[in-house]
This record gives sequence, C-alpha cells and structure tokens, in this order.
Amino acid sequence: MTSPGDEAAVQISGVRKVFGSLVALDGIDLTIPRREVFGLLGPNGSGKTTFIRILCGLMAPTAGQATVVGFDVVKQSDALRMRIGYMSQKFGLYDDLTVVENLRFFAGVYGIKGRALSERVDERLTALGLEERKDQLAGNLSGGWKQRLALACATAHDPDMLFLDEPTAGVDPAARRQFWTTIYGMAEAGTTILVTTHYMDEAARCRRLAFLSKGRVIALGTPDEIPKQFGKATIEDVFVALEEKVA
Amino acid sequence: MSTLWPMLWKEFVQMRRDRLTLFMMIGVPVVQLLLFGFAIKTEVRHVPTVVLDDSRSSASRALVTVMRNTGNFDIVAQVHTPDAIRDAIDAGDASAALVIPPDYYRDVKRGHTAHAQVIVDAADPLGSQAALGAAGSVAQPMTTARPALDLRLRPWFNPDLRAEAYIVPGLIGVLLSLVMLMVTSMSIVRERERGTLEQLIVTPVTKTSLMLGKMLPFVLVGYVQVVLILVLGKLLFDIPIRGSLPLLFLLTFSFIIANLGIGLFISTVVRTQAQAMQLSFFVILPNILLSGFMFPRAAMPAVARWLGLILPLTYYLRILRGILLKAVGLEFLWRDALILTAVAVTTVMISVVRFSKSIE
Repeated sequence: MTSPGDEAAVQISGVRKVFGSLVALDGIDLTIPRREVFGLLGPNGSGKTTFIRILCGLMAPTAGQATVVGFDVVKQSDALRMRIGYMSQKFGLYDDLTVVENLRFFAGVYGIKGRALSERVDERLTALGLEERKDQLAGNLSGGWKQRLALACATAHDPDMLFLDEPTAGVDPAARRQFWTTIYGMAEAGTTILVTTHYMDEAARCRRLAFLSKGRVIALGTPDEIPKQFGKATIEDVFVALEEKVA
Repeated sequence: MSTLWPMLWKEFVQMRRDRLTLFMMIGVPVVQLLLFGFAIKTEVRHVPTVVLDDSRSSASRALVTVMRNTGNFDIVAQVHTPDAIRDAIDAGDASAALVIPPDYYRDVKRGHTAHAQVIVDAADPLGSQAALGAAGSVAQPMTTARPALDLRLRPWFNPDLRAEAYIVPGLIGVLLSLVMLMVTSMSIVRERERGTLEQLIVTPVTKTSLMLGKMLPFVLVGYVQVVLILVLGKLLFDIPIRGSLPLLFLLTFSFIIANLGIGLFISTVVRTQAQAMQLSFFVILPNILLSGFMFPRAAMPAVARWLGLILPLTYYLRILRGILLKAVGLEFLWRDALILTAVAVTTVMISVVRFSKSIE
C-alpha cells in the first residue's frame, strides 16, 4: 500500500467526454506529480472547463479513468471533494456576506467547527492579508481583494489539490504578481495546483504546461520546451499559431 | 448532514441582511391584510337609494323606514316620476330605487298581497346581488302575515355574512403561497446567476443540505406570517379562531412544504431571477382565482373546478376556514390534509431529482 504522498496528484488515462454529438474531450492521458504548478492552456471551447469539472468529480467521463490525489473521480467523488479546492474566474463568493462570514461558511462546509474554525479563519485572513477588511461585505471589495478572498475560501480546508480556472482575469498586475507569490508558497507547502490562464506571462510561471485543442492534449512540456517543439520563439506564438489552425 | 448547519447559518445571515426580502416576508402580509380586509366587502352597506312613493301613506313610510334602518340603504332623495329614478341611477347619484305604488296602503289594509318594487343598478352584479338579498330580508318579515311559504335564512358560522371572516383566513393561504413561491424560486436561481452555485457544488455540501438550507428558513418565515395574520386578523377584523390552533399549525406545515417544493421546482426550470418571478406569478394567479379564495368554487364551470383541484391552496383554504370558522377537526379534514401532504412530498422529491440533474 502506497501512502497518498507517493503517487501522482493527477493520473488520467484515456479520458473521453461526449455531449450528444459533441466530443469535448477526446482521449486524454496525463500525469501531474505532487506539488507541481501545472498550467492548462487552450482556446475557448477547447475542453478546459469540462476537463476541470471531471477532475473535480462534478461530471463523470464517458470513458477512461481519472484519479485525483488518490481518489477515483467517479467512485470516490465525495471523499475527493473534501481534499480539493476550486476557484473560478467568476467571483463565486457571497457578495452579501462579509469577508469573515464567507470564510466561516466555506470552512464550515468542510466540517471544521468550533475553536478549529475560528483558528482556521484567522489563519487564512492573516495569510492573505485580509484582517483589516474582514468585516467588509465581499461585494464592496475591489477586484484584487475579491480574488484574494476567493483564494482564501478555496483553501479554507487546506486542500491537497487546487484548481484555478482563469483566476487572475480582470485583476491588476500588482495583484497578479502577489497572487502568484501566494500560489508558489502553497505549492512549496505541498499543494498541487492546476491553473488555466490566457496570460502568457502566467503560463511561463508554471512548472509544466499542457496545450488543449479540440479535446486533445497537443503539446506537453515546460514553458521552455514547448516553443521549441513548435519551432516558435515564445509560448504566445505557439498559442496564436494553434488558435489559427483551429479556426 | 454536517453541511446543513453552515448552509442554514449562511441563509439566515443573508436573510437578515436582505432588507427587501425581509420586507416582502413581513411587510407584504401586513399591507395585503389591510388592503383585503378593509377593501373587499361583498356585503352591501349604505347603498344610495331614491324613493318613489306614490302611496304617501303611513304604511309606505314605515316600509321606507325599515329599509333605512337595515343600514343597507341610504335614502338620498324622494323622486316623483319613474324618469327621475332613471336619471338618478344614470347620474350615479343612486344605485337602487324603491318604488311604492298608489294602491300599496289599500292592499295592506285589506290584507291583500301588497306590491312594492326595488330597482337595483346591476352594472355591478356582485353589489346588486347583495342589495337584492338585503331588500329580500326586509320584505321577509312583512310577508309572514299570510305566508305561502315561510323561508327563513340562517347563515351559520358567519351570521353577519361579513366578507372579512371569509377573506382573511383565506388570505393566510394566499400570502403563504405568494411569498414562499417567490422567495424560494428565486433563491437557487440567485446562486446560479451570481456564480456562487458553481463554487458551492465543488464543496462537500450535499444536494440535500443545499435544498434543506434553502427551505427550512422559509418554513420559519411561513409560520411567522401565519401568526402575524392571525393576530392582526383577530385584532383588526375580529376574525374568529374557533378550532384547534395546534392542528392548524400542523397542517400548515404540509402546505408550506408543498409551496416550497413548487418554488424549488421553478428554480430548477428557470435561468434568471426575472424568469423565476414571472413563473411564480403564473402559478399564483390561478391559485387566487380558482382555489375558492375570492370566488366560490361551487359557482365555477367544471373545467375551472377541475383545475382548482390540482392547487394546494384549494385544500388549504378548506382547512383554514374549517378550523378557524367552523371549529372542525381532523375527522372532517383528513382528506384535505392527506392530499396536501402527498403534494408536498411529491413536489419536493421532483425538485430534488431535477435539481441534481440541472447541476450537471
């Protein structure tokens, strides 16, 4: 028996997802080791969202197998949900709750209660520098602060794996930089991170990248390797070339 | 189930903060009660009436006095020609007229059947019906001198025939429907619109917790409304509470759940809060019209009666009026209670199933 720390964070083989006549994912094989910051790139409609939804256990694949942090995404989706965090591009928190109320709620649904809950909430507030704003309504926060709160909530239960779906859309550069510092810190502390982005400078910050197009992984490697594979100078050139090919 | 408490806590914090919804839940019942209670009067009082007295006798004056003393008719003028009656009604100065022919006194004296005529402006059928009824009750004791048939009316349970006694208990059901449907149908859609549902479903919050978290706070709100209307109804309109309150509260539970179930169902069908609002109104309107809240079901055509049978409010109205006005118990209401409970269980189950699917 292997301890959870030994195996890969994400292990996928032959994952397909079909909606009627639309093939959203067409046979994906991928392994993401623990503590990696993994970037998922691809044009809109390439299957990124479907991919993340399957990995979060929200959707069953039509065929193939996937385990995330040691849990089968279909058979053990309840247990899986306790160990993963998710943050979407859309601010998914409650505008009419304060910062601290949002945190209490999202930590609470993971079964944290009493003293542990208060401690956890305080710890998250400190980690993301939200103490001074803790009694503000989330709806009154600016973009950068909302995003910090979203990250605080997504990590309220100290997940093993974090899914970030275009987390920095509409956030100013300073806040983005700070956000990535936090992300690296979490990866070092043991969290595996899968992030989708349209910002090429952010893609370059990932340990490894996968390009998704029409439901297939068409490129996989480090930010340095990928341009070479395609004979381009930068990741952005690769991205544009691929998107033109799809269109 | 451990995810239910955070859900409930969150819902209550949000409810407390949402002033408009709070107003809808507490203010709307009060305003509606006042509007319906004071404005809807189907019994007729102070109908402006003109009198054409061609008899000009003590007997005819006695008849006029009796009519005035009922409080239903206000004698606004004496006229002297039939045309003047027409003018008065056309001008809106009068809605009724009492015509006493010249031989009235003679017939009364001789013990013959005396004739007098009441003309009613029936452009308003409801009002004129009531006026005719009132006139009939004036004539009743006078015709007993030589009765062919002595028909005496005994209005049970509401001897004064007060509309409030009929309307206000029904209002409890209508308002519960209204608020429960609107607030619940919007609550899940709101989470979907704001993107919070997407965040919620990746957490361990179970579908059951989510649904219960949305429903239970409103059960409480529903009971607050029932108590509020009962108390105000008693204080302002002297609405009787003759039957068992515990029984009423027990059966109210089924009704609240049935409405919450329908509300949740709506929220799984629609995509926006605006659609939820429209669909709620679409459901509420037949509830008000066909349930027997304002119009007696016995007077409806068969199709409308059948449609009324699928509305939870139809059954709850029978329970409300039965308990409050007639003091009847479960021995007469069990059928209504059973149907309501069945509707509650079914709608909630359908919503839970539909909701699970709508998330995928």
